[in-house]
Amino acid sequence: MKAPKVTVIDYGVGNLLSVQRALEHCGAEVYTTNQSSAILAASRVVLPGVGAFANAMAELERLQLVDVIQKVAQKGIPLLGICLGMQLLLDESEEFGLTQGLGLIPGRVIPVPYSSITGQPQKIPHIGWNGLVLSPGSPNWQNTILEAVEPGESTYFVHSFMANPLDISHRVADCIYGGMPISAVIGQENLWGCQFHPEKSGEVGLKILRQFLA
Amino acid sequence: MRKIRLIARLDVKGTNLIKGVHLEGLRVIGSPNEYAQRYYQQGADELLYMDCVASLYGRNNLSHIVEKAAQNIFVPITVGGGIRSVDDATHLLRCGADKVAVNTAVVANPSLITDIARRFGSQCMVLSIEAKQIASERWEVYTDNGRERTGLDVIDWVKKGVSLGAGEILLTSVDREGTRRGFDIPLVKAVTQEVSVPVIASGGMGTTEHLIEVVQKGEADAVAMADILHYQRTTIGGIRRIAELSGIEVRRYEST
Repeated sequence: MKAPKVTVIDYGVGNLLSVQRALEHCGAEVYTTNQSSAILAASRVVLPGVGAFANAMAELERLQLVDVIQKVAQKGIPLLGICLGMQLLLDESEEFGLTQGLGLIPGRVIPVPYSSITGQPQKIPHIGWNGLVLSPGSPNWQNTILEAVEPGESTYFVHSFMANPLDISHRVADCIYGGMPISAVIGQENLWGCQFHPEKSGEVGLKILRQFLA
Repeated sequence: MRKIRLIARLDVKGTNLIKGVHLEGLRVIGSPNEYAQRYYQQGADELLYMDCVASLYGRNNLSHIVEKAAQNIFVPITVGGGIRSVDDATHLLRCGADKVAVNTAVVANPSLITDIARRFGSQCMVLSIEAKQIASERWEVYTDNGRERTGLDVIDWVKKGVSLGAGEILLTSVDREGTRRGFDIPLVKAVTQEVSVPVIASGGMGTTEHLIEVVQKGEADAVAMADILHYQRTTIGGIRRIAELSGIEVRRYEST
């Protein structure tokens, strides 16, 4: 069997090494690049990201990658955004003032609530392992990147902001923090986003990456 | 309820995994990566590597070990010991670490906490504290792997560290470390009550009961364990099951 090929977008935000190693571990041939021609010719694209939304958008703009990623989405190339890379898929973010995103999935990025559903203060950022649960928008995980995952399996989160897609059908899975649902996986046709780090989520994370590569 | 993280702590000297008592009298256990791989397979939620002679020599020598670990370990990795600058942190993160734990250098230069947090996010900046009890309900901060006194009060220092941008506290009791006598519960409780960031309790775990105690009474968010795993007195899977049965929420994990 030929190794699936993946292009990881390198725009200077975050540590690409772990993402690359995890994809390789899942049998992929990984290219890391910021060249638009290489990204547009890719069979699959991963958009990683750690840090602040506005910085990441500024870097994507500086490297003239905003149009490129929008074209990747239009062409139907499977695209996986990880953590901040998932949040960038939305229209806009409230982090440090309102910043425009890639506008591929309708919705806004908002802060993780500082208090739980019962009014208890909760720790921000949301760091650690949390279980994935079915989102009201998704009756099951068939034909999604979570196909091999069972509800309740945990993945590793580190974030202070969360994606809030307008259309409930774009919400594939949630995790529960302080009694409230947080979007953990979003999806729309060829576009996927994970709020958690699949490359740091042990065997469950690797199952998700394998499904994306399949 | 928060999920309690089970962290395997690997103290390294040169190329060897070692274990001491009160951070001293180090004994060689084996190859750090063999043990790391075993703990990953047992379902460790995170790994913590500490270069325990780094402060002495002024640099961290773990980059090769971390680079190798990152090849086939897919859970978060924290690295500490001898990190003196943003450049040192950058280097370790490039080698595959997800977070850095800093003690000696930030005591000398607290603004390094802010510099690392600004550059990589506060979730990346773990404030490592080595604490020794000096009176009832009072602990002093030590540096250089438990050898040097600082005159700093642990609680004051924790509060300052968090205000400067530390995203997590690694709290090691020098008094309990390597003794198997259980965690210093009053120390852990005093720290968890003061700060809103996660606190990793370290030092003294001899039985799974000790973990339950430090979570329930000390309100620790995570537990670092070494001795109990290195000498194979139990496994992470075994600890996870007992923790679950005691009503502590942990990551669901079926070992492969």
